[in-house]
Amino acid sequence: MHAFEYQHAETIEGAAEFLTQDNKAQLLAGGMTLLPALKSSLVAPTALIDLKGLIELKGACVDGDALVIGALTTHVEVAESEVINSAIPALTRLAANIGDAQVRNRGTLGGSLASNDPSADYPAAVLGLEAVIRTNRRDIPAAEFFTGKFETALQTDEIILAVRFPIPEQAAYVKFPNPASHFAIVGVMVVRDARGPRIAVTGASACVFRARELEDALRTDFNEHALDGLKFHREDLIDDLYATAEYRAHLVMAMARRAVAMASTRG
Amino acid sequence: MAQEIEFNLNGEQITCAVEPPTLLVDLLRDRFGLAGIHVACETSRCGSCVIHIDGRSVKSCIILAVEVDGCSVMTIEGLADGERLHPLQTAFGDCGGRQCGFCTPGMVMSALDLLQHNRDPDESEIREWMEGNICHCMGYHNIVGAVQAAASELQADTEV
Ligand SMILES: Cc1cc2nc3c(=O)[nH]c(=O)nc-3n(C[C@H](O)[C@H](O)[C@H](O)COP(=O)(O)OP(=O)(O)OC[C@H]3O[C@@H](n4cnc5c(N)ncnc54)[C@H](O)[C@@H]3O)c2cc1C
Repeated sequence: MHAFEYQHAETIEGAAEFLTQDNKAQLLAGGMTLLPALKSSLVAPTALIDLKGLIELKGACVDGDALVIGALTTHVEVAESEVINSAIPALTRLAANIGDAQVRNRGTLGGSLASNDPSADYPAAVLGLEAVIRTNRRDIPAAEFFTGKFETALQTDEIILAVRFPIPEQAAYVKFPNPASHFAIVGVMVVRDARGPRIAVTGASACVFRARELEDALRTDFNEHALDGLKFHREDLIDDLYATAEYRAHLVMAMARRAVAMASTRG
Repeated sequence: MAQEIEFNLNGEQITCAVEPPTLLVDLLRDRFGLAGIHVACETSRCGSCVIHIDGRSVKSCIILAVEVDGCSVMTIEGLADGERLHPLQTAFGDCGGRQCGFCTPGMVMSALDLLQHNRDPDESEIREWMEGNICHCMGYHNIVGAVQAAASELQADTEV
């Protein structure tokens, strides 16, 4: 690995200031994306600013009609949280199925969103639930946050503090995992609330997206059979050694049906 | 520039200087001779290098040594109580879960995390939990059996 400096962040302001001074410095949370990237020389930061000591960025609470989860909350903490499980059980289940136990013990919500890996699970939940990403500067609606493959609306000196998830009536996330890594070959988040049904898809394309035509089919009848006979089409589906574009289109429908069925029965 | 870190290693308080790019697995093996931590894939997939930080299992090949400043680290070398092996270590031997032995330390440390949070896991919970550990002998059956045997042993211990 190339040489870099390492610092514990003492405060959010201090960490942001460091990033403003040095635009080649990078934040470190769980390191489960950043360390593999560093080891394979995909990134070469001048310094790492470790957020792990900022405990104010950890934990979850219900605030009015929303569930707020701190950016530094690990996947295992989400999977084991009673607060999260009673507000949005789909999130606990999603987190419990990320990677493996060791990755869940380190990886964080904020790190996952900032990475915006095309096959990551959280982006589907954040987009489907129309969550808001709170940073040290502003609130970013999910629809504006994920801008492309591994790209987000975050500025280089912007830090995710927390994510605010409106609590839905019903929601479920189902993925077809890559058997080796557990990343989603296709993952579908289905949400139902007063604003209607929403479906967000990860793994299928370079960036998470909403499947509006499937949402329309569910509008009058929120039932898996409302999707019967529909075929999913999109130009830019990923075609790689794990799954062809055609197979991914098929998986979108299969995962959507399962997620609708699960959301209807479990809430 | 080397940085000073302080952490607890298998019960002993350690202070040492490390360069920030040093991986935790390299520090523990090269500086402290803890060769029970195995290195195989080096890409976070195989689980041979699993150790515990603050009571939770982690893959030491994707953690920087500087990240454990102020933490408590336990490796397979810290598991036995003197000469007395931990029930997991005994069960891996008794149940034929060791095979060639290469993946064993990582498997044991991973299973320890499971049993510390779930005293009585069923077979599917064990298999799911051990997803991050690969056995190249492909002998998962006896490994799962060993974890089950250790779970029963640990429960019997606490009931006495
Ligand atoms: C073997 C393996 C299997 C995996 N399987 C899955 C899976 O099945 N599903 C899945 O979704 N993911 C999976 N992952 C990815 C894992 O979930 C992510 O690595 C993790 O969530 C990233 O979080 P982190 O805290 O480790 O981020 P880090 O690696 O520390 O950081 C990642 C990036 O985010 C930035 N960052 C971190 N925190 C913040 C913040 N608060 N504000 C702004 N920027 C920030 C960092 O600067 C860096 O660029 C897997 C990873 C591994 C190694």
